[in-house]
Amino acid sequence: MRGNRGGSGTLAHTMVDVWARLEPHLASVQKPARYIGCELGAEVPSPGPQRVGWLLVYPDTYEIGLPNQGLQILYEILNERPDALAERSYAPWTDLEEVLRREDIPLFSVDTHRSADEFDVIAFNLSAELVYTNVLNCIDLAGVPVRSADRTADDPLIGAGGHATYNPEPLADFLDFVVLGDGEEVVSEINVQVATWKAAGRTARIDVLRALASIEGVYVPSLYEPRYLPDGRLEVTAPVDLAAPAVVEKRTIADLADWPYPKQQLVPLTEVVHDRLNVEVFRGCTRGCRFCQAGMITRPVRERPAEQVASMVQQGLRRTGYDEVALTSLSTADFSGIEDVVASAMDDSVGCGNVSVSLPSLRVDAFTVGVAAQIQKARRTGLTFAPEAGTWRMRQVINKLITEEDLYSAVDSAFSQGWRRVKLYFLTGLPTETDEDTLGIIELARRCIELAKTKGHNGSVTVSVGGFVPKAFTPFQWFGMNTEVELRRKVNMLRDAAKLAKGVQIKWHDPRASLVEGLVSRGDRRLGPVIEHVWRAGGTFQEWSEHFRLDLWEQAMAEAGLDLDWYCHRHRAEDEVLPWDHLSAGLHKDFLWQDWRDALEELGLEDCRWTPCYDCGACTGYGIEHVVASAVPPAGGSQGTGQDLHRGGEVSVTLLSRKPVGVGA
Amino acid sequence: MRQRVRFTKSGKVRFLSHRDVARVWERALRRSGVRAAYSEGFSPRPRLSFGLALSTGYESLGEYLDIDLADEVDPGELPGIVTPSLPHGMVAQSAVPIPSGTDSLQQAVTSSSWRLEVADVEPERIAATVERVLALVAVPIIIERKGVESDLDARPAILELVAEETVIEAELATQPRSLRPAELLRALDPTWTLGRVLRTHQWMSVDGARCEPIPFGDLGARGATSAPHAQARAS
Repeated sequence: MRGNRGGSGTLAHTMVDVWARLEPHLASVQKPARYIGCELGAEVPSPGPQRVGWLLVYPDTYEIGLPNQGLQILYEILNERPDALAERSYAPWTDLEEVLRREDIPLFSVDTHRSADEFDVIAFNLSAELVYTNVLNCIDLAGVPVRSADRTADDPLIGAGGHATYNPEPLADFLDFVVLGDGEEVVSEINVQVATWKAAGRTARIDVLRALASIEGVYVPSLYEPRYLPDGRLEVTAPVDLAAPAVVEKRTIADLADWPYPKQQLVPLTEVVHDRLNVEVFRGCTRGCRFCQAGMITRPVRERPAEQVASMVQQGLRRTGYDEVALTSLSTADFSGIEDVVASAMDDSVGCGNVSVSLPSLRVDAFTVGVAAQIQKARRTGLTFAPEAGTWRMRQVINKLITEEDLYSAVDSAFSQGWRRVKLYFLTGLPTETDEDTLGIIELARRCIELAKTKGHNGSVTVSVGGFVPKAFTPFQWFGMNTEVELRRKVNMLRDAAKLAKGVQIKWHDPRASLVEGLVSRGDRRLGPVIEHVWRAGGTFQEWSEHFRLDLWEQAMAEAGLDLDWYCHRHRAEDEVLPWDHLSAGLHKDFLWQDWRDALEELGLEDCRWTPCYDCGACTGYGIEHVVASAVPPAGGSQGTGQDLHRGGEVSVTLLSRKPVGVGA
Repeated sequence: MRQRVRFTKSGKVRFLSHRDVARVWERALRRSGVRAAYSEGFSPRPRLSFGLALSTGYESLGEYLDIDLADEVDPGELPGIVTPSLPHGMVAQSAVPIPSGTDSLQQAVTSSSWRLEVADVEPERIAATVERVLALVAVPIIIERKGVESDLDARPAILELVAEETVIEAELATQPRSLRPAELLRALDPTWTLGRVLRTHQWMSVDGARCEPIPFGDLGARGATSAPHAQARAS
């Protein structure tokens, strides 16, 4: 099969081949509609020698992967090019994998059911670290050697993009190239280089790798080598080829208005997560929450013009037949003139009736609840906020500057306007966290219940707790995360406290999964064999609790002679070379270090989109700036900007009069 | 106004579940600008009611749904308006108005005709088995419905059974007790494997005469009724 790619004569044969061989087995696997494609918006492109074929893979199930907007944007941009074509694939569930391996059927695209190894580029979206073993599995199912060093010019190029690529080192052995930052522009530049190489007759693989390394935002791991100090710390990761720059900078599109994608959002025929029209209203966030990698690496804020949002919503609803639209971003209530945009989204000029609008990330204040009330006229079930920490002190450390007043007025407003259930997200295991901070979570939830009672009904509060995992390019990248034992102790403490607080339910994330996420998030190239070991031992779908196997990871670490504790729980010093130091998210390392020091001193930092620049580097380094329609913070805007933070921890007297839960008062 | 629509489900979309098909119809109607009436309450849904569920993986030349429409739409034009918004493999073939009080599809349909492919069995053996089973007065099998096993005499539910090479054509009752294609095959020979399955017709009984809810095309012509006539009889 390999070596025939691009020849249109062989295409018809192979197309029929994979589908015909797959089809008889689909009746015997779970949810076969995952594998048929046929969505509205799906492309059935014809390959040819002049076109670079891309297989865009989301390395998790179809239900999780299909809605991914990043993948859909690239799918459209590539298919609009005359010299490219793009199709999609998703990780086959374990039952289908068994069939594929038994029947010797390769990984395939869902669009035309072509074999994965007929594509020139197989590119993965890496949204999270626990999918890494699935990446190896997909490469293997494609019939491609898993290690990049073993591939020849006939093999597809294996690439990756997405938020997790800001520390790609654990996957360095397996990826030919990695993209940092926004993909809209760079994907075309990559395509041109691969097309040129293809036209030249697919010469040595190093030729195309060098060409890719010359593109800004593209990192070719094989052109770099790490050196380690005798104590095991990294000395440097340095280029070993003249084509490789010393530091690879991320890519940032200057103006979202130039990229109104997806224009043809895929509408699946079967059930998926986030099954609705999604319109991205802005990219980037400068709230400056110190635990949040997404906020740090996607700076600056780039708003989409309100009229473009409105037309994308109206056209999208008409084209897709969806009755729900989500206005997406990292904090949609911060969008300039959010009320007008929401009103226009709800203005039913489509004529189909019953359109609902959702804001996936609510800011914590009464203003936001007012907007939510406007859009949830009919179904008023639950409202979700993310205070992230239980005490004002802790929230200053993480720079989530929600005052007690904002929080309780948001909850009060929610209960007054008919909501019965409130869900609150928190992190535990944060830097400097004391038991008082941890228990503050339950205290806060308990006060919310008190507020419900003043409205004359029994409200319920669900507290969802995740173990904090430090990520690359955040001020917390130097922090040694809590051990699994410590996280478990905190979760148990919260459970005990929640039992005494009537109306408070608690949910928590498995601390063992946080441990592995922590290992891979800040790991270096020595983790390559570890990931390969876990994959070979059958450890796929590690983000699915029923498949997660901590024992495999521990076994693999022991075999590689590596120490989990050293990677996860050790605080890094200022002078330590980090595995991602040869990559750049635009942020100055000394800015991040200063922000880390500020965190330890409980110093909050206001949002820079409405206040003077802190020179983090994300704008100045690339000659770009915020694109924000409003020069002032939103009406009633919380989270620190323009507020007197000295009163941030004050709780109204009515709420204080009750007996608190757990330690302190 | 209510309309009954006949449609096909074939090719790759045969792997959609019954729920998926319902969702596909909801969106297709919205896309094509045909407004369905919505239910009341906190979570309003368009009022569509489907006939007997077709198992995931089976194809059909005759599926049905009833739509409560919010606007007047010419039934002759409805298929042409909606089909472009349906995925490849689903075609709305015909629509007729139905008066209120009409029996639901679930109540009205009494049997379905099927074409079953039998994998890896010689035609002679299939023919002989079909003949043998037709000669029996009772064919006891165990069936499972909603996780509960029960005994069933399959014989009264087998209304027609013909073998042609490796294909079996069967008409199976859906009332009073239903027999499914996979259960028929098990009754014939538990070692056989079911290949592709196609529902060719659904049947209802009007004044003792067998007819389709909406006859269509060559396959439906055997019912010898035109659409308006069927409408009159359906009422």
